Amino acid sequence: MWVWFHKLGSPPYFYRFSTIVLPWLAVLTLILFSVGVVWGLYIAPSDYQQSETSRIMYVHVPASMFSMSIYMVMAMASAVTLIWRIKLADLVASASAPIGAAYTFIALITGSLWGRTMWGNTYWEWSDPRLMSELILFFLYLGYMALNSAYEDRRRAARAAAVLALVGVVNIPIIHYSVEWWTSLHQGSTTRGTQFAATIDPSMRYPLFVMMGAFAMLYAQLLLKYTRCLLLDGERNNAWVKEMVKQHAA
Amino acid sequence: MNPTRRRRLMFVVILVIGVGAAVALALMAFRQNLMYYYTPSEVHAGKAPTNRSFRSGGLVKTGSVVREGDGVTVQFTITDTLQDMVVQYKGILPDLFREGQGIIANGTLGTNGVFTAKEVLAKHDENYMPPEVAASLKKAGAMPQHEMAREKAKP
Repeated sequence: MWVWFHKLGSPPYFYRFSTIVLPWLAVLTLILFSVGVVWGLYIAPSDYQQSETSRIMYVHVPASMFSMSIYMVMAMASAVTLIWRIKLADLVASASAPIGAAYTFIALITGSLWGRTMWGNTYWEWSDPRLMSELILFFLYLGYMALNSAYEDRRRAARAAAVLALVGVVNIPIIHYSVEWWTSLHQGSTTRGTQFAATIDPSMRYPLFVMMGAFAMLYAQLLLKYTRCLLLDGERNNAWVKEMVKQHAA
Repeated sequence: MNPTRRRRLMFVVILVIGVGAAVALALMAFRQNLMYYYTPSEVHAGKAPTNRSFRSGGLVKTGSVVREGDGVTVQFTITDTLQDMVVQYKGILPDLFREGQGIIANGTLGTNGVFTAKEVLAKHDENYMPPEVAASLKKAGAMPQHEMAREKAKP
């Protein structure tokens, strides 16, 4: 396992590995999204209280969930960057930021529309802890991206941005527990470990799982693709890239 | 692990723990200000501000909703199952407003103990089920409690 991880840290090996994995990921993402969208938006029953509006859940919940997971990936890759100075870890973190920002944006927008229809005459509540902490997450992603591109020197940029990513980790438990620590307009979490089964009917739970899988695979796919781009850009003067380009040209 | 990496690892660990501790202390200090709403029990205990508007939330008590003749003024009682509070509101209620529903009202508390709301929002809970399931659960008296009824158990 560790040997494989070490190997994956080597740019040419990573490039070859991702070339093999990517088409499978693309197929898997496509299947999961097709099944999840049709199941969630057409086949699954609507909620007894919220009727058809509850279907926003199939986009909102996975997007919010992975907006946090992606941040954790980014933070862990940043820690590896700081401690072991593995170039690929920095690229994984850099590639995760815009994807995570996009997921957060989707979570905020779908949440706002859902809130407008269910909560009442409001798109946004400034003093709600859940809403605010998720908005801060969005700014953390943007801040990471800005800092990451603020230095000419790639290594300095990587280190500065990594420190910011690690500082922002504190926000993740805050988002998660905001609805329990404080009173909030946002409802408590449905996806709470073992209690998950009790709070959402199976007919809605399974399509939600499929959509979670779809969002996860989409992230994996985008992450690999973007990391490859950054890798080729950073290693363009290295032998293995030149060799590959020569082969392609021939 | 060589000394340089060990040092960097310590830096990362101290950074995360340090920031975590600082933020935790700050959040605890501002705990009351971060609350989105006060429960009727907290209002009764005098924890809510008296000189400015604040939010209070609870379940709409069954049978307490009274509509005035003009059609837009409504009076109802909210409860956290321990304490009740009468709320008066003139305006459009959210679609989810109904007896037993969790709601959050933003307004001011009068000296007579009546809360005059200028905004009412619905707070639905985390339970999702199709209508048939809800109907059969209701029949069996096994509907899950709205989370606002469980809030009183919070520290």
